[in-house]
Amino acid sequence: MTETPHLDTEALAELQEVMEDEFDVLIQTFLSDSEGRIQALWQALESSDEESFRKSAHSFKGSCINIGAPRLGEHCFYAEQAARAGRLQDAGDSLRAIESEFEAVTDALNELLQR
Amino acid sequence: MAEHDAGPDPVRQNPTTTRLRILVAEDNDTDRMILQKLVRRLGHDVITARDGMEAVERYQAERPEMVLLDVLMPALDGNEAARQIKKLAGETLVPVIFLTSLSDPEELARCLASGGDDFLSKPYNRVIIEAKIRAFERMRQMHQTLTVQRDLIRARNEQLISEQQVARRVFDNVAHRGCLGARSIRYHCSPLSVFNGDILFACPRPAGGVNLLIGDFTGHGLPAAIGAMPVAEIFYGMTGKGFSAGDILREINQKLTAILTTDLFCCAAFVEAESWPGRVRIWNGGLPDGYLIRRDGRRMTLPSEHLPLGVVSPERFCADMTAYDAKEGDTVVFATDGVMEASTAQGEAFGEQRLMAALDDTTDDTAPFDRVIEALRAFMGGREWADDLTIVSLDLMRPDDTIDYAPLAASSGLPGPPEWDCQYTLTGESLRQFNPLPLLLHICLEVPGLQAHSGDIYIILSELYTNALEHGILTLPSDWKRSASGFGQYYAEREKRLRTLSGGEIAFRLHHRRLGAGGELVIECQDSGDGFAAPAELSLDQTEYAGRGLALIHRLCQRLEHIGKGNHVAAIYRWPPDQGAQHDRNTASGH
Repeated sequence: MTETPHLDTEALAELQEVMEDEFDVLIQTFLSDSEGRIQALWQALESSDEESFRKSAHSFKGSCINIGAPRLGEHCFYAEQAARAGRLQDAGDSLRAIESEFEAVTDALNELLQR
Repeated sequence: MAEHDAGPDPVRQNPTTTRLRILVAEDNDTDRMILQKLVRRLGHDVITARDGMEAVERYQAERPEMVLLDVLMPALDGNEAARQIKKLAGETLVPVIFLTSLSDPEELARCLASGGDDFLSKPYNRVIIEAKIRAFERMRQMHQTLTVQRDLIRARNEQLISEQQVARRVFDNVAHRGCLGARSIRYHCSPLSVFNGDILFACPRPAGGVNLLIGDFTGHGLPAAIGAMPVAEIFYGMTGKGFSAGDILREINQKLTAILTTDLFCCAAFVEAESWPGRVRIWNGGLPDGYLIRRDGRRMTLPSEHLPLGVVSPERFCADMTAYDAKEGDTVVFATDGVMEASTAQGEAFGEQRLMAALDDTTDDTAPFDRVIEALRAFMGGREWADDLTIVSLDLMRPDDTIDYAPLAASSGLPGPPEWDCQYTLTGESLRQFNPLPLLLHICLEVPGLQAHSGDIYIILSELYTNALEHGILTLPSDWKRSASGFGQYYAEREKRLRTLSGGEIAFRLHHRRLGAGGELVIECQDSGDGFAAPAELSLDQTEYAGRGLALIHRLCQRLEHIGKGNHVAAIYRWPPDQGAQHDRNTASGH
């Protein structure tokens, strides 16, 4: 099975064209928003709020797909599904995967911005 | 806070796009930024909102043309926001497109149930966004056009109906039904017939008897109704003033040729029934055959012998009427072609044969009119009758009851002189072609209070004039009129002698003075004929020399004086104040 890449370079190139000089702001916004989302996911998990966890994961997944971070989106999808099924253990595992994938995406995006 | 983003003028980049204001409601910052940018690049203005509540507020404040709505949002989710926005929009079509990464069919269905029109799935695709916005813009514009057109049609229709109601009221004032309610008249005509061009008027003649006019204008709607107005005005006005049917027809024809376009004219039949016992005279121009049904059931056809009214120029118009002697129990029937053309659902028409069969069916003593209506009803089944189905019958009966329906007095409302004297002489050629009665009647009716007696005065004037002309000048023997064959001979001879008349004169002298609360009118009539010996006693049955006429005058008048050799008569008519006049608005102030 081929691994989904960290970044969808084609989608990002198109975004760059669409956003023009607002591309940098968009990426920065994504990075800061995502940190907030991960915080919210941890909180939901700690208070065992499956519904809140599911919604946050779903929303996070949408913005990952739009921004061109498909692997991060994939982890969000697993987290969403686990929460929907009430599997909090699996949801926690997924959240840890999201956190580590987010670090990789942050590095890759920063690299892209500096180019 | 929401941003209202107009951006640089992107319409120039995309000149075929209508510039819209589009509300983008999305709680996710990055998604909102991308979508806002995409939509703006398509040439539209973007209004943004970060949750459902804000989306509803922004919609209410800015009324954008289209809404892109995220499904999952805090404060108020997309479904509820869509519901509220659709409610606020009312009749306006506001396309609501849901932004979603949902894939569960049930959740998608819920979005549509809440009023959403379509979906846009993440990640956003420029081409699809543009295509969807364009498609919904076309739909929105079509809806708007239809709404505007519907409102316009509704407004026009309301205006039309209110105009028709006003027209109807005006028309009813002018073209009232006259004495159609009289016992001797039976008729069917739709209350909306005026807008279908059918007319039906009846008016008592001042000398007794009745004038009846049934007609059918070509065309429908307003043009036909416009033509009916002057016809009614002339018919009622001139009948009330005592004009003959021929004069009335000539006037109507002249008016219609002057005011109507060439494709618009009026097929009509005029029935002039004299007071009992008398003649009934018919003029039929373009209407289907009318019928004179004798008391014993025999049917005589009254065919069209003239062109319709409003076709021939006044010089060429022929107002000759065909006279029939009327017997008690005779009935005249006329119908417009709507009766013959009344048809069943299968398209079969009622037709002339069925009409005649109904008229000829004398198995019981139902009136001919009722037999026709019954036959029509049976033929049509439950089918609704058309507006242009008009039929009328006039029973020639004694005494005629149309007298209860006095013609509307053509009063100016200004009081005329109570004391006056005037002389009016007709000579030579004028005797051949001019009827002085309306003029003389008009002079008399200028006296305040005398209008209530117009019938009496008309009879006196007309009998004096007829005697002077027919017996004094034309020297016709009145006993001819006593037999049916002599009747025809009398009138034929009258026409003949009138045509060749060269000399002679008839002079009227009218004098009025006040007498108590009423007055005294003296009508003198002198002809240039040889005169006759007046009998000592006159009675209604007596038919010597001047016959019934003078006896009738004798009964109406205070005195009837014969002066000299008998060619000079003075009728002294005294009138009391009319009881009804005390309730009249014009005289009420005098009490």
